[in-house]
Amino acid sequence: MSNVVSALNGVSQSGIALVEETGLRGMITVRGDLASKPMAKALKDVLGASVPEQRQIASGEKGAVAWMSPDELLVICDHGAAEDIIASLNAALAGEHVLVVNVSDARAVFKVSGECAREVIAKLAPVDLAPGAFEPGMMRRTRFAQVAAAFWMNDDGSFEIICFRSVARYVFDLLCVASVDGSEVGFFN
Amino acid sequence: MLTLQCPYCGVWAEETELHAEGEAHLKRFGPGSEDEAFEGYLFMRENPKGVHFERWRHSNGCGKFFHAARSTTTLEVFGTYSAQTLEPPQEIKDKISAKYPGWSWREFA
Repeated sequence: MSNVVSALNGVSQSGIALVEETGLRGMITVRGDLASKPMAKALKDVLGASVPEQRQIASGEKGAVAWMSPDELLVICDHGAAEDIIASLNAALAGEHVLVVNVSDARAVFKVSGECAREVIAKLAPVDLAPGAFEPGMMRRTRFAQVAAAFWMNDDGSFEIICFRSVARYVFDLLCVASVDGSEVGFFN
Repeated sequence: MLTLQCPYCGVWAEETELHAEGEAHLKRFGPGSEDEAFEGYLFMRENPKGVHFERWRHSNGCGKFFHAARSTTTLEVFGTYSAQTLEPPQEIKDKISAKYPGWSWREFA
């Protein structure tokens, strides 16, 4: 069997924040009626997660569920577990008008951690990242400089960013430039 | 810079997160229609000084199309609303009327 590798093979750089490529991650796009009962039940049964509120990310035992748009969710799980989860979701949603697709290898995932993580993200995305305006559990689809990306904040204050695999190097370079030593702005401190 | 609220995901998105998609509320005239109507659908666009209705797409976000009502002179935004409608909601029309009494745009006033 072929050896699955992530976009940048786990590169990292340390500056005012630590930027890492997190490696392989399972990602499943779920499209359908998010308000429907079968959808809520399927997510509960398969992942142990609830349907996230608008622009939120809900965590479950087997993975997290992020709100992407009014009819789209993204399930974030272990890379190896994706196919099993898809099979379970498809079984649980049989007869419903839904789409469940494995998009794990279409994307790259980065993590930005450290005290200045907020600042690094704020330099690149047109999003209000002030404490209070953006908090753990929130999910935001936006752009990073010139490419589409999405990010959420973990409980420990670190950010995780997803982007298309084809622009992984671009996004990593952006994050590195934004987190170069000595480039603190101190706006949020 | 223009900041519009996407009615689908609630984000206050600035212009760079959005893509302008031309005029709102175009009625399509396809094959079999009068030449004049087809020409109007393809080419004839409003270019007002003042109240304007536009279609936008939250391209670097939820990806949905929506409509916006704004003034081209002052950049004031009267509101954004769902694209699943054939005319602007009354509430937005009222807002415009308060500011520009007697306004009109295509068949709306």
